[in-house]
Amino acid sequence: MTVVNYSLQDIFGPGQRVFVGLEWFKEVLADKRLHDALGKQLIFSGLVLLIEMPLGILIALMMPKKGLTASISLVIIALPLLIPWNVIGTIWIIFTRPDIGLFGAAINGMGIAFDHTSNPLQAWITLMFMEVWHWTPLVVLLSYAGLRAIPEAYFQAAKIDGASTWATFWYIQLPKMRGVLTIALLLRFMDSFLIYAEPFVLTGGGPGNTTTFLSIYLVKVAVGQFDLGPAAAFSLVYFLIILLFCFIFYQVLKNVGKGEKS
Amino acid sequence: MAKITLDNVAHSYIAKPKNQADYALRLIDNIWNDGGAYALLGPSGCGKTTLLNIISGLLTPSKGRVLFDGKDVTGLPTEKRNIAQVFQFPVLYDTMSVYGNLAFPLKNRGFNKIDIEKRVLEVAQILDLTDSLNKKAASLTADAKQKISLGRGLVRSDVAAILFDEPLTVIDPHLKWQLRCKLKQVHEQLKLTLLYVTHDQIEALTFAEQVIVMYEGAIVQIGTPQELFENPSHKFVGYFIGSPGMNFLPCTIEGNQAMVGDIAIKLNNQTAALGAKAIGKIELGIRPLYLEIHNTKVEGSVPTIVKSIEDQGSYKIVTTILGNNNILRARLPEGKTCPSEKAWLKFSENWIRLFSDDMLLKN
Amino acid sequence: MSITIENISLSVNKEIYLKDISLNFDSGSKNILLGRTLAGKTSLLRILAGLDRPSKGKILVDNKDVTGVSVRKRNISMVYQQFINYPSFTIYDNIASPLKVAGMGKSMIDSRVREAAEMLHLEDMLDRMPGELSGGQQQRCAIARALVKDTNLLLLDEPLVNLDYKLREELQIDLQDIFAQRNAIVVYTSTEPSEALKLGGNIVILDKGRVLQNGITSEVFHKPATIKVAEIFSDPPINLINCHVEGSVFHLGQNVTIPLTGHMKSLASGNYIAGIRSNHLYLNPQNKTDTAIEAILDLAEINGSETFFHVNYAGTKLVVQEVGIYSKKINSKILFYLDPASLFVFSKSGELILSPENFSV
Repeated sequence: MTVVNYSLQDIFGPGQRVFVGLEWFKEVLADKRLHDALGKQLIFSGLVLLIEMPLGILIALMMPKKGLTASISLVIIALPLLIPWNVIGTIWIIFTRPDIGLFGAAINGMGIAFDHTSNPLQAWITLMFMEVWHWTPLVVLLSYAGLRAIPEAYFQAAKIDGASTWATFWYIQLPKMRGVLTIALLLRFMDSFLIYAEPFVLTGGGPGNTTTFLSIYLVKVAVGQFDLGPAAAFSLVYFLIILLFCFIFYQVLKNVGKGEKS
Repeated sequence: MAKITLDNVAHSYIAKPKNQADYALRLIDNIWNDGGAYALLGPSGCGKTTLLNIISGLLTPSKGRVLFDGKDVTGLPTEKRNIAQVFQFPVLYDTMSVYGNLAFPLKNRGFNKIDIEKRVLEVAQILDLTDSLNKKAASLTADAKQKISLGRGLVRSDVAAILFDEPLTVIDPHLKWQLRCKLKQVHEQLKLTLLYVTHDQIEALTFAEQVIVMYEGAIVQIGTPQELFENPSHKFVGYFIGSPGMNFLPCTIEGNQAMVGDIAIKLNNQTAALGAKAIGKIELGIRPLYLEIHNTKVEGSVPTIVKSIEDQGSYKIVTTILGNNNILRARLPEGKTCPSEKAWLKFSENWIRLFSDDMLLKN
Repeated sequence: MSITIENISLSVNKEIYLKDISLNFDSGSKNILLGRTLAGKTSLLRILAGLDRPSKGKILVDNKDVTGVSVRKRNISMVYQQFINYPSFTIYDNIASPLKVAGMGKSMIDSRVREAAEMLHLEDMLDRMPGELSGGQQQRCAIARALVKDTNLLLLDEPLVNLDYKLREELQIDLQDIFAQRNAIVVYTSTEPSEALKLGGNIVILDKGRVLQNGITSEVFHKPATIKVAEIFSDPPINLINCHVEGSVFHLGQNVTIPLTGHMKSLASGNYIAGIRSNHLYLNPQNKTDTAIEAILDLAEINGSETFFHVNYAGTKLVVQEVGIYSKKINSKILFYLDPASLFVFSKSGELILSPENFSV
């Protein structure tokens, strides 16, 4: 409620507020930097999904099916998911530092000037790297569970029918994984859309505004500039955008469920 | 099509089996003829699925060899054995049409389009699937799906044998009839080697020319349905085949009579002669069908007490107690009146079988 | 206790699962819901259990409306198709669990559990875990758990369908005794006519969410109200032949005529459908009045004690069931006999007009 209140009022100080109607909403919706942030956000989420989904499925396909090796590889895969977000940021800051970081120094050692704090493209690549490293395991785990749930008879039938590995994947594994993959897609989209911790810790939205995604921008507006009114309106708009996407995904998910029932 | 030879095959899931009990499949040495319809029948845990997996190549037996038409395939994986299999539940390529499903094995083997179409249409015709060729396979009923599974085996002309692993489990009773019929027709028409695994005696007996009855990892009898019914070589076969199974009465042989306690049951000369030579624990076996039920005493009948009556619609099964707690179940044909307390049972002499230590006595 | 359901309907997303069902179950009665897959058997069972709410209609227990009452507050037991047991409890604790929940004393529980275990031949397995038992034993454990509590309503959803044939046969007999010993309302679903006949009691024939007929099992078997009922309640399927009556002659298909006698004496002229169960067709005539029918043999199936001849009579497919084992050549002519007294006569629209007299109970 406070957020709704704030979004409709101008606040000068404690007890001093003026009702401004939809003024903040107009301002927020017209804000070029917000459009910019939204565009960047969509590109980022899209790219992340494009990498994470196929990569996750591929890793899941390559993982051992049973025995001790299966459990060990599951634990290793799940490790990035267990690390707290701020620790992740710190790890990556150190990891990518051009002077002492293993990754940063190695790249620089190869003769490529690498510094994600100054080069926008490199900042993006680093962020995506981080995101992919952090969250692909979730896709792997979900896909793995989906794969294990396919009855052995299907694979036997495919062998008998002389199907190639590719055909087995395309006609059996992929269709049978449709349900879990939709869930993975949904979760990954929402998570990447809400990305905050990684750019906040690693780049702080820079260099310039190149990695200022929606959430970073929101915090900048609210806390950095203390524009509580526009920030509140902004969060509501943000909230509505997420709601819209959730609704779309939910509809898709429902239809997938129907397809499998019939 | 192929002749399947099982050359001293045995299998244990334990790495170093110590005794007989460690074997899921005890020694099996058998030849199944090209073009025959065989059924593997037995309760769960009897080893029938193990044997099926050995033939399909999913399992390599601990001992012995498997030969298809004399060629050793023991070490070959499933895909190199030219077999087809229909599973317990329909296994389909959900995203493909019925046509796509049927064409899939041929496509994978690089046949050209025209040959594929010709073959698929032929098989669809046999299986009455012509009308649904363009439908999504996933949208069909369970029985149609099982027909598609079968069809994927039938389209291949090189198939050595088609294996069925309880294929009618998920099918409604009235459709089971139609599918069983279809299967029989396909066999009549194409003369393929078919191997059908089931725990359901009706499926096994209606399907197969030769039924292989398995019990505790061993084959207890191989025979035509008629042989199994009339001359079960082991008490287990007598019990397992027929609904209800064979009645067994512990008895002693005195001349031309089998004595159950102090009740005498007359034997024919041949049976009496077999009984006279027998040693060990003797039991008399008779099918419910061959016990005549009478309301009053008739020549050669024995008195029993009626315990319960089950109406099966077209006949009744009367459960009676003979002498000291021996249960005898008899089949009462439709339209005959049913005794309520006491019943006199007349044993049909020619259908009395004698067992010594669980094994049938025969000439 | 008695349960009455009034005009129950259930539809989910415009799909109709149950339509206008009204039934009455009395205390101590054994009721079989017979129907094919998706007939609505399980839906009805779940509504009786209180697991689902009907879209329309009421459930009355002793004339008290319980439609909205949750399953936890109703005194019922249910057995499912799958063997559902607590995997980490021993068989003893599995069977005892409903009594423990009810807060019964230890010694009372012990005697009840042992009694139930004995009924289902589980007395030697009480210390074992469900995972160590065969499927049949696990299902017996699930049934024992359902029986140990003195419930007013015992619901069984195709409890034997996942069991081996022979085991099924044995449990069908055992269940009869078990049901007879209690005063609960038993509702049992099945797709198999033979199972329904073995269990006896009352039957409700369901098809596409509707009740087609209900009554005493053997009476419904001998007087099916419609062709559909006869089809659902016959295994092998009932034979149906188009026929017509002209004056005093009954034309069965194209080639066979039968004089109108016995139960068909007063049949008016017109078109009908004749129904005849496969076991009423014989290879050898049983009576003088039997009529011979010539057909082509498509297939002969032998099930050990019986032979099923699938024949083609002028385009109509029929099944002849004969006790004993016969071998005949496929695609050859076959002669079989029909006792006109055993004919069912249905109207063209499928309503029963006449049923055989001497076969009724």
